[in-house]
Amino acid sequence: MPVRNADLKALHEQAVLFRREILETVHLAGSGHPGGSLSAVEIMIALYGYQLNHRPQEPLWPDRDRLIVSKGHCSPVTYVTLANYGYFPKAELKGFRKFGSILQGHVHVKVPGVEFNTGSLGHGLSVACGIALGAKMSKKSFNAYCLLGDGEIQEGSVWEAAMTAPHYHLDNLCAIVDYNKVQENGPVNEIKNLEPLADKWKCFGWQVIEVDGHQLPALLKAFDEFAAIDGKPTVIIAHTIKGKGVSFMEGKAGWHGKAPNAEQLKVALAELAVLGKDK
Amino acid sequence: MGENMNDWVATRDGFGQELVKIGKENEKIVVFSGDLEDATRAEYFKKEIPERFFNLGIAEQDVVGTAAGMSLVGYVAFASSFAVFMTNRAYDMIRLDLCYNDCNVKIVCSHAGVTVGEDGASAQCLEDFAIMRVLPNIKVICPVDTIEAAKATRWMASVHGPVYMRTSRAPLPILTKAEDDFVVGKANCLRPGHDVTLIACGLMVYESLQAAEILKKEGIDARVINMHTIKPLDEKTIVAAAKETGAIVSAEEHQMYGGLGSAVAEVLAQKHPVPLEMVAVKDQFGQSGTPQELLKFYHLKDVDIVEAARRAIKRKSK
Repeated sequence: MPVRNADLKALHEQAVLFRREILETVHLAGSGHPGGSLSAVEIMIALYGYQLNHRPQEPLWPDRDRLIVSKGHCSPVTYVTLANYGYFPKAELKGFRKFGSILQGHVHVKVPGVEFNTGSLGHGLSVACGIALGAKMSKKSFNAYCLLGDGEIQEGSVWEAAMTAPHYHLDNLCAIVDYNKVQENGPVNEIKNLEPLADKWKCFGWQVIEVDGHQLPALLKAFDEFAAIDGKPTVIIAHTIKGKGVSFMEGKAGWHGKAPNAEQLKVALAELAVLGKDK
Repeated sequence: MGENMNDWVATRDGFGQELVKIGKENEKIVVFSGDLEDATRAEYFKKEIPERFFNLGIAEQDVVGTAAGMSLVGYVAFASSFAVFMTNRAYDMIRLDLCYNDCNVKIVCSHAGVTVGEDGASAQCLEDFAIMRVLPNIKVICPVDTIEAAKATRWMASVHGPVYMRTSRAPLPILTKAEDDFVVGKANCLRPGHDVTLIACGLMVYESLQAAEILKKEGIDARVINMHTIKPLDEKTIVAAAKETGAIVSAEEHQMYGGLGSAVAEVLAQKHPVPLEMVAVKDQFGQSGTPQELLKFYHLKDVDIVEAARRAIKRKSK
């Protein structure tokens, strides 16, 4: 059963470990998306460690909760999370983005635990709506989750789905916006402002919960509110920091889709070693 | 055959009626619409099985994505709208959600070709074959009549994976019988012949049969093939026609680039080159008018196929 009163120190160390593995994986690949992966680490730990009803040894268990990773470029955090929870051997991470590896550049169902191929933005919420609708029709109790990027919700298709979910009272659907405030070419609020973001979702008929997306207890409390709501979908707006945990990456658009070189990796890992255990 | 226009039926009707039947047989069939179920005939399903019908509003991207999600949890999802809105507007969703993810979703769209008529060019989809057949995993069908549309509908519900089917708004003559074979990927020869082969789909099969009658009076013996499946294409039948008749005419209510004619050309060029003439819309948009006015204006009539056949035969090497 989920441990809601988790050992916060252990969780913190787990998050540091994930960040280290994300950076090592992207460095080894020579390309990839570290910024929006580092921002989503605690969200993924909250989901796979505590919230999702899932069986890593039986990835296609019919009654599992489904997570659609709509921001498909955050494959590093997705794969590191799935490897850490036992979906596949960690050694596979070394093949990330390489020919012949199951670890495609953007999340792919070849990877055990991945539910849907993504990579073109604005697709996942409709798909998650369909899963939630199907669960209700089949009288199944599993939930549908969807991880959205903040820049991603500039896609109009997201708002088509945002209208569908409340219309069909999809209270088994939970979207999480990784609101790290930075997209590929700069700050979101300079490129195309999302604000007032919570009001937008509220107007569309969603239960809206804003949390610090790097605080596990806050994320878990938000998931409890999702579990408690009847008749409407939930969106958790998780305020996060792009590139979280690495001083020279934090808040920098330049690290949206660039791999650290050997020197940069060394500096980054040194910072993360200070915070957690050195491997 | 098909002379009495009162007996003509739009292929959208065959689709809509069969969808109800298979929906009653299989409770996993669900139907999504982009608020055009009245026109696509998905409304027959809505009336009979409303609990498994979803009009998601004027939001084609969401229609395709939601249908994909539903298919992931065991449903066979049909998604329906006008051809132009679904294949063009929601193209990225068809590509990624349906084809790349190999989702069990069937896209069935009416209102393609110039025979859409009075609505004009914005609703006359003339590029669906081209942009659908270029995608991996999907199958592309254009039934010749309402009987074939019903057979195709039943078939697609029975197999896994994405399928695109174009149906007609315009009534089409009944050219097949219930007991005729319909095998996806296998063309049907409707008329034997050894001087030239007319390869067509949809309404243009009827125009080709009419053309064959005209050619007969000139002493030209034309074979007519109903190529109801654009993808996977029946290469064997095309190559045999090339070898046996030495000249081919393709005919379709579609742009001349990328459609059935192009698909036939790809086969001929690689397997057995013979003269090919394409009857299709020549890199233009449609316009308002009656279906017959538009078919004449865009040179999609039997007489145009006759002209093309004469040209193709003339080009045969001596």
